[in-house]
Amino acid sequence: MTWFNAILQGILLGGFYALFACGLSLLFGVMGIINLAHGDFAVIAGYVAVVLVPSTHLPMVLGFLVVVPIFALGGYILQRTLFQSALNRGDPLTILLVTFGLSIITENSLLQAFSANGQSINIGSLIADSINPNNVISISDISLVVLIVAVVVLGTLQLVLSRTSIGRMIRAVADDREAAELVGINHRHVFGIAAAIALATVALAGLASGMITEFAPSTGTSNLLFAFEAVVIGGIGSLWGTLVGGIVLGVAQQIGAQINPAYQILAGHVVFLAVLAVRSRGLFAVREAA
Amino acid sequence: MTDALLEVAELTVHHGQLCAVDRVSFALEPGETYAIIGANGAGKSTLMRSIVGIHPPTSGRIVLAGEDVTAVPTVERLARGLALVPEGRRLFPSLSVEENLKVGTLRARPGPFDLQRVYELFPWMPERRKQRAARLSGGEQQAVAIGRALVANPRVLLLDELSLGLAPVVVQRIYGILPELLANSVTILLVEQDVSQAMRVAGRVHCLLEGKTTLEGRPAELERADIEAAYFGVRPGPAEPVSQ
Repeated sequence: MTWFNAILQGILLGGFYALFACGLSLLFGVMGIINLAHGDFAVIAGYVAVVLVPSTHLPMVLGFLVVVPIFALGGYILQRTLFQSALNRGDPLTILLVTFGLSIITENSLLQAFSANGQSINIGSLIADSINPNNVISISDISLVVLIVAVVVLGTLQLVLSRTSIGRMIRAVADDREAAELVGINHRHVFGIAAAIALATVALAGLASGMITEFAPSTGTSNLLFAFEAVVIGGIGSLWGTLVGGIVLGVAQQIGAQINPAYQILAGHVVFLAVLAVRSRGLFAVREAA
Repeated sequence: MTDALLEVAELTVHHGQLCAVDRVSFALEPGETYAIIGANGAGKSTLMRSIVGIHPPTSGRIVLAGEDVTAVPTVERLARGLALVPEGRRLFPSLSVEENLKVGTLRARPGPFDLQRVYELFPWMPERRKQRAARLSGGEQQAVAIGRALVANPRVLLLDELSLGLAPVVVQRIYGILPELLANSVTILLVEQDVSQAMRVAGRVHCLLEGKTTLEGRPAELERADIEAAYFGVRPGPAEPVSQ
């Protein structure tokens, strides 16, 4: 039963990783941007919630109503200015360096403003509430909510991409930017929309992180690593693959922790390397050439 | 010249230091089929890309229906009636046939072509509209690429190397729809390496060699020797009339 509980906890943790990773997957899949500041953006979302939400008199658990629109707008502006300018240079290294620089600037600015102390988003008794069917199994309410949010976000994104006009445009631009221009798609605007969606999901992930655990200026980097592993395990370009990747990573970590608490992170990395060795394009890679 | 639907005047286009198109001029009358011919590297595709705005020219002018569009963005040129079927088809592989056609309607002008009309032109298409473009044959992809450009209802349709990589019978089938397009007031500018194919369908041909105009005229009035000289840059043996 303890192993079953470990798998269950892994699935819950995987939901959080998937929520964290879907923005990363979208930015890379559509624009080819490996956003090294992804984790730091999530940390910013946590601080924005801590600073701004109390002034709105909303309960902290509804902080996403304030933070998500701010991040979506910020994502669009960031893409149309800094990221687009880096992409225009045509060298993938430029955008990688830009996001690396953003990551360093963000981390140090947050350190300056908020110190290195950990903070969390206060959601009252919800943090301790759980479902306990027996003495061994315990499902934290907030972790379950995060898993459900991850599934809903990924499902909605999948629907938007496959069924709507803007989704078709995003996929067309991801396939062939120049051909998209030839059929009348302004790829810069579409990139901006994709970045807005990605940053909105980062905001949700940052809030989830702040509600489940603590965050500090330096936590973005480790979260980025897990998000990366989830995307690569699932297969670049596949949103459901990202969910599966997150869950595989989460379950691996929890099983590792069950064997020995010191193996938690290591077990995740080992599974990541094993997937890379066996299926280098991930479990659900989708891209194919015409 | 003032009645021209599309006028290209003294257009020069560079690839870095290399002059790919050198002061090329021509004008398309409404409803005609005009062919640019030339060997590999003659500058044909660069010329097409420059006309639709993908590759900015170094100098010269592009005038569509009396309006200078040289500085107009590609997206806006499409809205004004210039659509390109690019070399290599360039379909969106992860989109279905129908989705490829639908994205073509984003900047559509009012006109006779819509998805239904394209399905009538290519009767095999409705059955396979849900299939991913990546899974189609070369000829089928070319048909979808033409359909995708047509649903924008262009005034001038630019066709870049339609026959490239396709079996002759498929090429004949693809070219077989041109009369239907002309009947719907679409003016056609095509680039073709296959000279005899261009001669069969075009009212006028324009030969490029290393980016420069070497010949322009009506196929019936051109001698084979003149075409070969313009195409290859060397004059072969005695001249003989071009077979139609």
